[in-house]
Amino acid sequence: MIDPRVAGVGLTHFGSHPARTSRDLFAEAGLAALDDAGVDPADVEGVFYGNFMGEIAEHQGHQGPLMAEAIGVDAPATRYESACASSGAALRQAVQNVRNGEADVLVVGGAERMTNLDTAETTEALAIAADDLYEVRAGLTFPGAYALMAAAYFDEYGGEREDLAEIAVKNHANAVGNEHAQFQREITVEDALDAPMVADPLGLYDACPITDGASAAVLVSESYADEHDLDAGVAVTGTGQGGDKMALHDRDALAHTPAASDAADEAFADAGIGTEDVDVAEVHDCFTIAEVLALEGMGFFDAGEGIRAAAEGVTTRDGDLPVNLSGGLKAKGHPVGATGVSQLAELTKLLRGDHHNSEHVSDARVGVAHNAGGTVASATVHVLEIQE
Amino acid sequence: MNDGHDEFLDALESGDGYYLECTDGHGSLPPRVVCPHCGDRDLTETALPDTGSIDSYTVVHVPTPAFADEAPYVTAVADFGPVRLTGRVLADEESVEIGDEVSASVGGADESRSVVFEPR
Repeated sequence: MIDPRVAGVGLTHFGSHPARTSRDLFAEAGLAALDDAGVDPADVEGVFYGNFMGEIAEHQGHQGPLMAEAIGVDAPATRYESACASSGAALRQAVQNVRNGEADVLVVGGAERMTNLDTAETTEALAIAADDLYEVRAGLTFPGAYALMAAAYFDEYGGEREDLAEIAVKNHANAVGNEHAQFQREITVEDALDAPMVADPLGLYDACPITDGASAAVLVSESYADEHDLDAGVAVTGTGQGGDKMALHDRDALAHTPAASDAADEAFADAGIGTEDVDVAEVHDCFTIAEVLALEGMGFFDAGEGIRAAAEGVTTRDGDLPVNLSGGLKAKGHPVGATGVSQLAELTKLLRGDHHNSEHVSDARVGVAHNAGGTVASATVHVLEIQE
Repeated sequence: MNDGHDEFLDALESGDGYYLECTDGHGSLPPRVVCPHCGDRDLTETALPDTGSIDSYTVVHVPTPAFADEAPYVTAVADFGPVRLTGRVLADEESVEIGDEVSASVGGADESRSVVFEPR
């Protein structure tokens, strides 16, 4: 089994593009990835595409073939849906296909169009990632679900809104200079604490924005990279996926995400690494508390110990474990179906040295991406390593 | 119409709430044919305890369109022993605390019916 190489990556600007169709967004990201890779589109053997709410946002199902033709690829294409982990799930399938020899060249990516809906419509659309009968009908929103997790965390381990605000401040600072990011500006703890409440204890600055955007990457086998003399030194060396009960109330605990633990355990074992080997991480901070739960779930901190990581500088860009140097979902934005592969794109650039924050992790050789769906009923974790 | 869910709400509304119990004592909510915790297929309707306690709650300020006239409102997960429920708490947001005891009933009408909690 030989690990696939990341030959190229591409992103659109993440932000408000209400008039742009998902096919238009994906064309930009996909062609950027193909150009970055230097791969002939005629060599692509499949498109693995993540999208969550296409039916609601633009009355468009069956998006796979649409995206293949948008990037000039004549090959089978499938859409993967796993809520906010849709393109993480697509990535995992693509990695496994290259590994088992089914394909030498695949395009993986995702797109989401969201801002053409108003806030209430988007809130309703995102809520379908939760249990409709027993959660959504009972008034639970997606921010509300993460607020339940945050309140349970505070009750069990302590922690304050200020601790969460420090995570938002960190991720906003990391997005400055990221040309793809929705918010390329710093904020203060006071800004976050003074913002309107969305679902107590989470305020507006604890939440990722509503975002349009697309992401793509070209995965190739090692032999294809060698034969075509590609500059593809970053490999996906580990993949893992975890699952959990759909509804929060059916889980053993509200302040833990065992699906992320299972995904990380599998991915780290697959890559033959431990948490101590990881130089940089992109984690699914759809809400500030989600970054805490992700880092604890993957084993970087014991339960109850991750809440202060940003405030104490451990996860800031000059800390021991820089987290979300892209700006994270919080500041880079969260076009739901595009997020998983956008994390792959950001980590690839960080490892190969052409990321806007590369100077802060110049010796980095191992990166980890954590992508979560719903209230982490689905999770994927991928390990990227430099393999010259 | 949602078979299983509708009957669950009917029963809860008339004061005869139940959950599905497997032979190992795990609780879950209908419709189900398999215990989601252990895979047991022997499920029986068991009376829902009268009193639960709030495990976590949030005050929702930005609602879905269905709850546009309700916001801000309190949504909680409450522990009824073998099973937990999610519902709106029919109480002032300032008065709700984790650990509070609640009973479960049904609010709304027709398609918008859902679980609600009342402080005890």
